[in-house]
Amino acid sequence: MDLSFSPRDEAFRAEVRQWLADKLPKELSQKVAAGAELGKADLEGWHALLNEQGWLAGGWPKEYGGAGWDPVQRYIFEEECCRVHAPRIVPFGINMLGPVLMAFGNQQQKDYFLPRILNGDDWWCQGYSEPGAGSDLASLRTKAERDGDHYVINGQKTWTTLGQHANRIFCLVRTSAEGKRQEGISFILVDLDTPGIEMRPIRLIEGGREVNEVFFTDVRVPLENLVGEENQGWTIAKYLLEHERTNIAGVGYSQEAFEKLRQMARKLTRDGKPLAENTLFATRMAQVECALEAMRLTNLRMLIEAQARGEAGSAPSMLKIKGTQIRQEINDLARRALGPAAAPFPSELVAANIPHPAPADQARSAHSYFNNRKLSIFGGSNEIQREILAKQMLGG
Amino acid sequence: MDFQPSETRRMLADSIAKTLARQCDYERRRAVAYEEPFHDPKLWDALAELGVTGALLPEDKGGFGGEGFDIATVFETLGGALCPEPMLGQLMGLSVLADAGADCEAALAGEVRLALAMGEPGGGSGLEPPATRARQADGGWRLDGRKSVVWGGGSAHRLIVSAAHEGGTGLFSVRAEDAAVAPYAMIDGGGAAEVSLDDCPAECLIADGAAALDRAVARGQLALCAEAVGVMDHAQGLLAEHLRTRKQFGVALSKFQVLRHRFIDLCVELEQARSITLKAAGELDTPEGPRAVSMAKALVGQVARQWSEEAIQLHGGIGMTWEAAVSHYAKRLVMIDHQLGDHLWHLERLAGAYRAA
Repeated sequence: MDLSFSPRDEAFRAEVRQWLADKLPKELSQKVAAGAELGKADLEGWHALLNEQGWLAGGWPKEYGGAGWDPVQRYIFEEECCRVHAPRIVPFGINMLGPVLMAFGNQQQKDYFLPRILNGDDWWCQGYSEPGAGSDLASLRTKAERDGDHYVINGQKTWTTLGQHANRIFCLVRTSAEGKRQEGISFILVDLDTPGIEMRPIRLIEGGREVNEVFFTDVRVPLENLVGEENQGWTIAKYLLEHERTNIAGVGYSQEAFEKLRQMARKLTRDGKPLAENTLFATRMAQVECALEAMRLTNLRMLIEAQARGEAGSAPSMLKIKGTQIRQEINDLARRALGPAAAPFPSELVAANIPHPAPADQARSAHSYFNNRKLSIFGGSNEIQREILAKQMLGG
Repeated sequence: MDFQPSETRRMLADSIAKTLARQCDYERRRAVAYEEPFHDPKLWDALAELGVTGALLPEDKGGFGGEGFDIATVFETLGGALCPEPMLGQLMGLSVLADAGADCEAALAGEVRLALAMGEPGGGSGLEPPATRARQADGGWRLDGRKSVVWGGGSAHRLIVSAAHEGGTGLFSVRAEDAAVAPYAMIDGGGAAEVSLDDCPAECLIADGAAALDRAVARGQLALCAEAVGVMDHAQGLLAEHLRTRKQFGVALSKFQVLRHRFIDLCVELEQARSITLKAAGELDTPEGPRAVSMAKALVGQVARQWSEEAIQLHGGIGMTWEAAVSHYAKRLVMIDHQLGDHLWHLERLAGAYRAA
């Protein structure tokens, strides 16, 4: 039993910290610290800097151009990035499609697409959910029918995050109506320039444009864009969701948000005294700090165990449920700390050229709180995660 | 970073668990935990023989453990069987003896049982400065005062007593026969005692004992967290088994989603409790120790209550009975939060840190 990081890990942390100090652009980290929306150029620029260093795909094996980090190194990297307000890595190519192609793609697909993900030639987005298929993903109805050497796709996808920046989308489509619902699904890569595709923004609860709906009308896609076997898509979908969830504890983000809250609690006042001296507020902070510190270790413990076992097991679901609860609780406290000053709508004030009454880096606290309600819904809602765990621990 | 227990600790845990399975099954435990002396001296001897008492101190003090992970290993395993042996007093008492440079040999061997007499009547947390007074007389010390809910007080050979004097809070050793000890059972089994000290002869272990007392209490707090993890771990098995086998409306309870999800929430919280207890164990003897222990005690206290209440609720009526094992696990989980500072006490201590710096 040893809860400290090894000298190798500490050296790695120092290397990452130094690199971030040298390379992370100030204006970028300021934007992130303030919770501002990042544009396409911001994110692409950050990806390019990381890629130059060979750190864009920390978890990919070296043979594919990744860094080949183990779970502890990946955790350290995330923690260090969050500490200095680096942008997050856009996950769709790196964390989702990349691992899928490595596991299920043919040689040609790997050779062509993996370098393009790293180089930023492609920006991928996700076509999983549909208006009638959210948590019950297997009920999806977007159809792909063979016509000569093409599939013809008709249907609608939704919740496509940052689709407005993307040039390609990976989709789950129905290729067969026979057998169990899960058996007729395929995983297909689609070029967003193909005629018949329309992307429309969805305005979210906090007012931002983060997600889109995508409409497919007689979209012709070459047969070679199929990944894996036809009707094997469900297996791939589950594999992808598991990868998506390995980072979902979001410990680094929570730590950063809590640190901000701690500082805020000293600066902001309640009844003429620092908020930190308000026993009820400080006690809620202590409560979430305990949970977060426990989560830090739960996260490392489970990731290391999963790697040793060679399978994710219950780890992703456990980490998602608790990790998102903690992040949401910190968001709640951060908005609460501002009192009435949390209420003014940041974008409206900017438009009217009125300074926000909250401290500059806190103005978007309510925005973040509302936006992060998504955490317990996406990637398999927390109720779906409970069901996955219940199946493992209690049976069907 | 390595989350695997060492081979030595794993073997110690295995041998304790085997002994408990033989000598502390549900029936036996229930009989022993509520009848004077509220534990089983034969089991105590067997555990001491295995090295449980020896594992509570490091080698340079005559033991072979003493680290946070040793303490956690022992108490988690004891918790799994709801073992009523007064090991908590031994742990805290040994910590004081070792800090005092006193002879620990008999206590390490388990031949002398110790209890820490700290809390006093008046309904506090039990962690307040003592009102019990110590004074020097005839070349020795005399104590006057009352100590309340002294865990293991009835079966201890020696009481380690905190008492105030002009030089601060002192720690004293009192022979059980020199004090008036009134033993009784606790609601969750095991024994405690009210102790009256009237002109009671005592040996001064440490005249300025506040720091040593803090260290002993921190060890006890870690032990209680680890015990709770052991209790919850066992209760998880009981609860899963009940949900899988108990049928209502013609189907197993495990088919009902509302019950499935509540069970999973408990499992998630248990992992959190396990993690924060590891932290407390790992940082016990570092400058971060008191904070880590408070984090653990605060989180575990809340999770333990949730576990207790949900385990009873999900068992339904049978969970309300003395007969069902789960009710005893549930009781222990609630009462752990009454020992050495409840979760509110620890949260407040942690919250105080946000004001400073």
